[in-house]
Amino acid sequence: MSLGAYLTLAALVFAIGLFGVLTRRNAVGILLGIELMLNAVNINLVAFARFHGDVAGLVFTLFTIAITVAEVAVGLAIVIVIFRVRRTVDADRLDLLRG
Amino acid sequence: MSTWVAFFVLAALAVGSALGLVLRRNPIHGALFLVVNLGSVAGLYLMLGAEFLAAAQVIVYAGAIMVLFVFAIMVLIPGKEETGPDPRRAVRLLAPPLGALLCLLLAFVVARGTGAPAGAAPPAPATLGALGRLLFTRYLFPFELTSVLLLAAMVGVLLLARKRGS
Repeated sequence: MSLGAYLTLAALVFAIGLFGVLTRRNAVGILLGIELMLNAVNINLVAFARFHGDVAGLVFTLFTIAITVAEVAVGLAIVIVIFRVRRTVDADRLDLLRG
Repeated sequence: MSTWVAFFVLAALAVGSALGLVLRRNPIHGALFLVVNLGSVAGLYLMLGAEFLAAAQVIVYAGAIMVLFVFAIMVLIPGKEETGPDPRRAVRLLAPPLGALLCLLLAFVVARGTGAPAGAAPPAPATLGALGRLLFTRYLFPFELTSVLLLAAMVGVLLLARKRGS
Protein backbone atom coordinates (compact mmCIF):
# COMPACT_ATOMS: atom_id res chain seq x y z
CA MET A 1 0.00 0.00 0.00
CA SER A 2 1.34 3.41 -0.86
CA LEU A 3 0.40 6.89 0.23
CA GLY A 4 -0.53 7.80 -3.35
CA ALA A 5 -3.34 5.25 -3.45
CA TYR A 6 -5.05 6.80 -0.44
CA LEU A 7 -4.54 10.34 -1.72
CA THR A 8 -5.98 9.43 -5.14
CA LEU A 9 -9.02 7.83 -3.52
CA ALA A 10 -9.53 10.93 -1.36
CA ALA A 11 -9.22 13.19 -4.45
CA LEU A 12 -11.85 11.12 -6.24
CA VAL A 13 -14.30 11.24 -3.33
CA PHE A 14 -13.67 14.98 -2.87
CA ALA A 15 -14.39 15.69 -6.56
CA ILE A 16 -17.58 13.60 -6.41
CA GLY A 17 -18.64 15.60 -3.35
CA LEU A 18 -18.02 18.88 -5.18
CA PHE A 19 -20.09 17.58 -8.09
CA GLY A 20 -22.91 16.80 -5.67
CA VAL A 21 -22.76 20.24 -4.07
CA LEU A 22 -22.92 21.90 -7.50
CA THR A 23 -25.77 19.81 -8.91
CA ARG A 24 -28.11 19.35 -5.93
CA ARG A 25 -31.12 21.63 -5.77
CA ASN A 26 -32.33 21.01 -2.25
CA ALA A 27 -30.36 22.30 0.69
CA VAL A 28 -30.20 18.95 2.51
CA GLY A 29 -28.60 17.38 -0.58
CA ILE A 30 -25.99 20.13 -0.63
CA LEU A 31 -25.17 19.42 3.03
CA LEU A 32 -24.79 15.71 2.17
CA GLY A 33 -22.26 16.65 -0.53
CA ILE A 34 -20.31 18.78 1.96
CA GLU A 35 -20.19 15.77 4.30
CA LEU A 36 -18.62 13.75 1.51
CA MET A 37 -15.94 16.39 0.91
CA LEU A 38 -15.05 16.67 4.61
CA ASN A 39 -14.80 12.89 4.77
CA ALA A 40 -12.31 12.87 1.89
CA VAL A 41 -10.17 15.39 3.78
CA ASN A 42 -10.21 13.07 6.80
CA ILE A 43 -8.89 10.18 4.68
CA ASN A 44 -5.98 12.40 3.64
CA LEU A 45 -5.17 13.41 7.23
CA VAL A 46 -5.21 9.82 8.52
CA ALA A 47 -3.10 8.60 5.57
CA PHE A 48 -0.51 11.34 6.17
CA ALA A 49 -0.44 10.54 9.88
CA ARG A 50 0.23 6.88 9.12
CA PHE A 51 2.85 7.29 6.43
CA HIS A 52 4.78 10.05 8.19
CA GLY A 53 4.50 8.32 11.55
CA ASP A 54 3.08 11.49 13.12
CA VAL A 55 0.09 11.13 15.44
CA ALA A 56 -0.81 14.84 15.14
CA GLY A 57 -2.75 14.03 11.95
CA LEU A 58 -5.11 11.85 13.97
CA VAL A 59 -5.66 14.70 16.45
CA PHE A 60 -6.57 17.00 13.57
CA THR A 61 -9.00 14.38 12.26
CA LEU A 62 -10.70 14.28 15.66
CA PHE A 63 -11.09 18.07 15.54
CA THR A 64 -12.47 17.86 12.00
CA ILE A 65 -15.08 15.33 13.11
CA ALA A 66 -16.16 17.55 16.01
CA ILE A 67 -16.39 20.63 13.78
CA THR A 68 -18.39 18.65 11.21
CA VAL A 69 -20.91 17.71 13.87
CA ALA A 70 -21.36 21.37 14.81
CA GLU A 71 -21.64 22.35 11.12
CA VAL A 72 -24.30 19.75 10.36
CA ALA A 73 -26.34 20.59 13.45
CA VAL A 74 -26.37 24.32 12.73
CA GLY A 75 -26.84 23.81 8.98
CA LEU A 76 -29.84 21.51 9.37
CA ALA A 77 -31.38 23.85 11.97
CA ILE A 78 -31.05 26.74 9.51
CA VAL A 79 -32.62 24.62 6.74
CA ILE A 80 -35.55 23.75 9.02
CA VAL A 81 -36.08 27.41 9.95
CA ILE A 82 -35.95 28.39 6.25
CA PHE A 83 -38.50 25.67 5.50
CA ARG A 84 -40.75 27.00 8.25
CA VAL A 85 -40.65 30.55 6.84
CA ARG A 86 -40.53 29.99 3.07
CA ARG A 87 -42.09 26.49 2.76
CA THR A 88 -39.26 25.36 0.49
CA VAL A 89 -35.77 23.89 0.76
CA ASP A 90 -34.94 24.52 -2.89
CA ALA A 91 -31.63 26.39 -2.81
CA ASP A 92 -32.38 28.07 -6.15
CA ARG A 93 -35.40 29.87 -4.73
CA LEU A 94 -33.55 31.21 -1.68
CA ASP A 95 -32.22 34.32 -3.41
CA LEU A 96 -33.33 37.08 -1.05
CA LEU A 97 -29.82 38.52 -0.86
CA ARG A 98 -29.42 38.64 -4.61
CA GLY A 99 -28.35 42.06 -5.85
CA MET B 1 -1.41 -8.81 -1.52
CA SER B 2 -4.44 -9.21 0.75
CA THR B 3 -4.10 -5.59 1.85
CA TRP B 4 -4.44 -4.50 -1.78
CA VAL B 5 -7.59 -6.59 -2.18
CA ALA B 6 -9.05 -5.10 1.01
CA PHE B 7 -8.08 -1.59 -0.10
CA PHE B 8 -9.68 -2.00 -3.51
CA VAL B 9 -12.90 -3.44 -2.10
CA LEU B 10 -13.18 -0.58 0.42
CA ALA B 11 -12.22 2.03 -2.17
CA ALA B 12 -14.77 0.70 -4.66
CA LEU B 13 -17.43 0.78 -1.93
CA ALA B 14 -16.50 4.35 -0.99
CA VAL B 15 -16.47 5.66 -4.57
CA GLY B 16 -19.59 3.72 -5.58
CA SER B 17 -21.61 4.96 -2.62
CA ALA B 18 -20.38 8.52 -3.23
CA LEU B 19 -21.57 8.29 -6.83
CA GLY B 20 -24.88 6.87 -5.65
CA LEU B 21 -25.21 9.77 -3.21
CA VAL B 22 -24.80 12.46 -5.85
CA LEU B 23 -26.67 10.71 -8.68
CA ARG B 24 -29.85 9.59 -6.89
CA ARG B 25 -32.41 12.36 -6.66
CA ASN B 26 -34.12 11.11 -3.51
CA PRO B 27 -32.34 12.59 -0.46
CA ILE B 28 -33.21 9.65 1.80
CA HIS B 29 -31.30 7.37 -0.59
CA GLY B 30 -28.46 9.88 -0.44
CA ALA B 31 -28.39 9.67 3.35
CA LEU B 32 -28.32 5.84 3.24
CA PHE B 33 -25.51 5.90 0.65
CA LEU B 34 -23.61 8.24 2.98
CA VAL B 35 -23.84 5.56 5.71
CA VAL B 36 -22.19 3.03 3.35
CA ASN B 37 -19.53 5.59 2.43
CA LEU B 38 -18.75 6.41 6.07
CA GLY B 39 -18.59 2.71 6.94
CA SER B 40 -16.10 1.95 4.18
CA VAL B 41 -13.99 4.95 5.20
CA ALA B 42 -14.02 3.58 8.77
CA GLY B 43 -12.64 0.35 7.28
CA LEU B 44 -9.89 2.35 5.60
CA TYR B 45 -9.05 3.92 8.97
CA LEU B 46 -8.69 0.40 10.39
CA MET B 47 -6.30 -0.47 7.57
CA LEU B 48 -4.30 2.65 8.39
CA GLY B 49 -3.98 1.57 12.02
CA ALA B 50 -6.29 4.26 13.42
CA GLU B 51 -8.67 2.05 15.40
CA PHE B 52 -9.92 4.81 17.69
CA LEU B 53 -10.82 7.04 14.74
CA ALA B 54 -12.65 4.17 13.04
CA ALA B 55 -14.77 3.72 16.17
CA ALA B 56 -15.32 7.47 16.48
CA GLN B 57 -16.29 7.63 12.82
CA VAL B 58 -18.94 4.95 13.23
CA ILE B 59 -20.30 6.39 16.49
CA VAL B 60 -20.29 10.08 15.55
CA TYR B 61 -20.97 10.02 11.82
CA ALA B 62 -22.95 6.85 11.20
CA GLY B 63 -24.72 7.21 14.54
CA ALA B 64 -25.33 10.83 15.43
CA ILE B 65 -25.04 12.71 12.14
CA MET B 66 -27.03 10.20 10.13
CA VAL B 67 -29.89 10.24 12.66
CA LEU B 68 -29.89 14.03 12.33
CA PHE B 69 -29.95 13.87 8.53
CA VAL B 70 -32.68 11.23 8.33
CA PHE B 71 -34.74 13.15 10.90
CA ALA B 72 -34.38 16.41 8.95
CA ILE B 73 -35.28 14.70 5.67
CA MET B 74 -38.34 13.10 7.25
CA VAL B 75 -39.47 16.44 8.72
CA LEU B 76 -38.93 18.42 5.53
CA ILE B 77 -40.01 15.73 3.02
CA PRO B 78 -37.97 17.39 0.27
CA GLY B 79 -38.38 14.35 -2.00
CA LYS B 80 -40.81 16.21 -4.21
CA GLU B 81 -38.69 19.34 -4.45
CA GLU B 82 -36.36 18.32 -7.25
CA THR B 83 -39.02 17.78 -9.87
CA GLY B 84 -40.08 19.91 -12.77
CA PRO B 85 -37.89 21.72 -15.25
CA ASP B 86 -34.57 22.98 -13.98
CA PRO B 87 -34.45 26.80 -14.21
CA ARG B 88 -30.66 26.82 -14.15
CA ARG B 89 -29.87 23.94 -16.43
CA ALA B 90 -27.11 25.80 -18.29
CA VAL B 91 -25.18 26.56 -15.11
CA ARG B 92 -25.74 23.07 -13.74
CA LEU B 93 -24.34 21.43 -16.86
CA LEU B 94 -20.99 22.96 -15.89
CA ALA B 95 -20.81 20.77 -12.77
CA PRO B 96 -19.53 17.51 -14.38
CA PRO B 97 -16.62 19.18 -16.21
CA LEU B 98 -15.74 21.19 -13.09
CA GLY B 99 -15.75 18.07 -10.91
CA ALA B 100 -13.65 16.17 -13.46
CA LEU B 101 -11.23 19.10 -13.71
CA LEU B 102 -10.78 19.23 -9.92
CA CYS B 103 -10.23 15.45 -9.84
CA LEU B 104 -7.61 15.65 -12.60
CA LEU B 105 -5.83 18.55 -10.89
CA LEU B 106 -5.72 16.72 -7.56
CA ALA B 107 -4.50 13.51 -9.24
CA PHE B 108 -1.81 15.56 -10.99
CA VAL B 109 -0.70 17.07 -7.67
CA VAL B 110 -0.62 13.61 -6.05
CA ALA B 111 1.38 12.15 -8.94
CA ARG B 112 3.87 15.03 -9.05
CA GLY B 113 4.09 15.52 -5.29
CA THR B 114 7.55 15.42 -3.78
CA GLY B 115 8.61 14.76 -0.24
CA ALA B 116 6.17 11.91 0.21
CA PRO B 117 7.71 8.87 1.90
CA ALA B 118 8.02 6.21 -0.79
CA GLY B 119 7.02 2.60 -0.46
CA ALA B 120 5.35 0.84 2.41
CA ALA B 121 4.33 2.50 5.63
CA PRO B 122 6.57 2.33 8.68
CA PRO B 123 5.38 -0.03 11.40
CA ALA B 124 2.39 1.43 13.14
CA PRO B 125 3.18 3.23 16.38
CA ALA B 126 1.08 2.59 19.45
CA THR B 127 -1.43 5.12 18.23
CA LEU B 128 -4.13 5.18 20.91
CA GLY B 129 -1.85 5.99 23.82
CA ALA B 130 0.17 8.46 21.78
CA LEU B 131 -3.05 10.08 20.52
CA GLY B 132 -4.41 10.55 24.03
CA ARG B 133 -1.11 11.92 25.33
CA LEU B 134 -0.84 14.39 22.46
CA LEU B 135 -4.47 15.45 22.80
CA PHE B 136 -4.09 16.31 26.48
CA THR B 137 -0.67 17.95 26.33
CA ARG B 138 0.26 19.74 23.15
CA TYR B 139 -3.27 20.12 21.76
CA LEU B 140 -5.02 20.70 25.08
CA PHE B 141 -6.11 24.26 24.24
CA PRO B 142 -7.72 23.41 20.85
CA PHE B 143 -9.31 20.41 22.53
CA GLU B 144 -10.95 22.64 25.14
CA LEU B 145 -11.93 25.13 22.44
CA THR B 146 -13.76 22.30 20.68
CA SER B 147 -16.02 21.89 23.70
CA VAL B 148 -16.80 25.61 23.58
CA LEU B 149 -17.60 25.26 19.87
CA LEU B 150 -19.96 22.37 20.52
CA LEU B 151 -21.67 24.31 23.33
CA ALA B 152 -22.07 27.34 21.05
CA ALA B 153 -23.51 25.11 18.31
CA MET B 154 -25.95 23.54 20.76
CA VAL B 155 -27.17 26.91 22.07
CA GLY B 156 -27.43 28.25 18.52
CA VAL B 157 -29.47 25.27 17.35
CA LEU B 158 -31.83 25.57 20.32
CA LEU B 159 -32.27 29.26 19.56
CA LEU B 160 -32.96 28.58 15.88
CA ALA B 161 -35.35 25.70 16.43
CA ARG B 162 -37.63 27.18 19.11
CA LYS B 163 -41.07 28.42 18.18
CA ARG B 164 -41.32 32.02 17.10
CA GLY B 165 -42.59 34.49 19.66
CA SER B 166 -42.18 32.20 22.65
